[in-house]
Amino acid sequence: MTGQAPLWYVYAVTPAGDPAALPEDLRGVADAPLRTLAQDGLTAVASPVAAADFDEEPLRQRLEDLAWLEATARGHQRVIDALTAAPGCVLPLRLATVCRDEAGVRRLLAGNRERFLDAIERLDGRAEWGVKVFADAPERTEAAPATGRDYLRQRARRRRTDEEAWQRAEAAARAVHERLDEVAELSRLHPPQDARLSGESGRNLLNGAYLVPREREEEFCELAGRLAGELGGPRLNLTGPWAPYSFAQVTDLAPEREPERAG
Amino acid sequence: MTSPAPRGAYGGGSSLSEIGGGGSANLADILERVLDKGVVIAGDIQVNLLDIELLTIKIRLLVASVDKAKEMGIDWWEQDPSLSSGARTREPAEEIERLRDRVAALESRRKEETS
Repeated sequence: MTGQAPLWYVYAVTPAGDPAALPEDLRGVADAPLRTLAQDGLTAVASPVAAADFDEEPLRQRLEDLAWLEATARGHQRVIDALTAAPGCVLPLRLATVCRDEAGVRRLLAGNRERFLDAIERLDGRAEWGVKVFADAPERTEAAPATGRDYLRQRARRRRTDEEAWQRAEAAARAVHERLDEVAELSRLHPPQDARLSGESGRNLLNGAYLVPREREEEFCELAGRLAGELGGPRLNLTGPWAPYSFAQVTDLAPEREPERAG
Repeated sequence: MTSPAPRGAYGGGSSLSEIGGGGSANLADILERVLDKGVVIAGDIQVNLLDIELLTIKIRLLVASVDKAKEMGIDWWEQDPSLSSGARTREPAEEIERLRDRVAALESRRKEETS
């Protein structure tokens, strides 16, 4: 740090007094120690971070640096993860939510108090689980064609059977979603992850997030395990428990931004 | 830092892979959540991750991981027409070549038979 006052990086908002169980040696982004700051019945979990990295201009450039982005994202998630492990609601903030000073964090809490409280009420006692289904391209076992006509026939047949195999896999993925959705309180379907980004082989046919009340988590995970076994070819990948990232958007909750409701 | 212990008991599905939300989760899953989900509230310092930056990050990440995978010899998507435009243009060219040979062979056989 070059003598500049540190900035405040905010990870999450929790109900007041909640994050008592944070491990003492837990460090946030850039290996920074954690602080909590209470205001109006809410607590912000934050870290002091260097302005040289987190002020607007350097941050913009840093976010383009993949190694830095990965370290920061993992640091952010590490804190959210530790908070999620303890009982109580955690509202995870988006990566790189940074305030100038303590007063800025207080303004953040005070200015959004109603939205935060609404979200906490809606999400308390629930966790997010991620379920993805991947399917590999159909296998080829045919012999080499003997004649030109065989070759063309084989190609037509191959195109037809491939298409049918994908349709079956997609239907299976849809069925997995429907079954999980029955146990979950809410669900969101996210765009399929690019195989090159996720490192998974095969096509991502389902990328779902499920909001599951704690008392139904066991049931949800057992169901996911059962469905994975029934799938046969396609693979099912379960991650969780996550903080309810996919259900925490305040734009969902802010009444003044929604179009007029009927009635 | 270990990820939190899973709270549920898991069924014994053979194709089920399961990991905690934290430590071991893959980067794509973490970025998917921390970049554009969660509570999107502007701090005092605002970098608009939601539009152009997010896009460039994703594209660069994609490019970086593609290069890394290629270094490791993983290039299966290059053979897949749905993932690579190169594969799509290559395949018909090879096919036309094969068909041409086949037609030539048939023509010469036919010539022999009729003569």
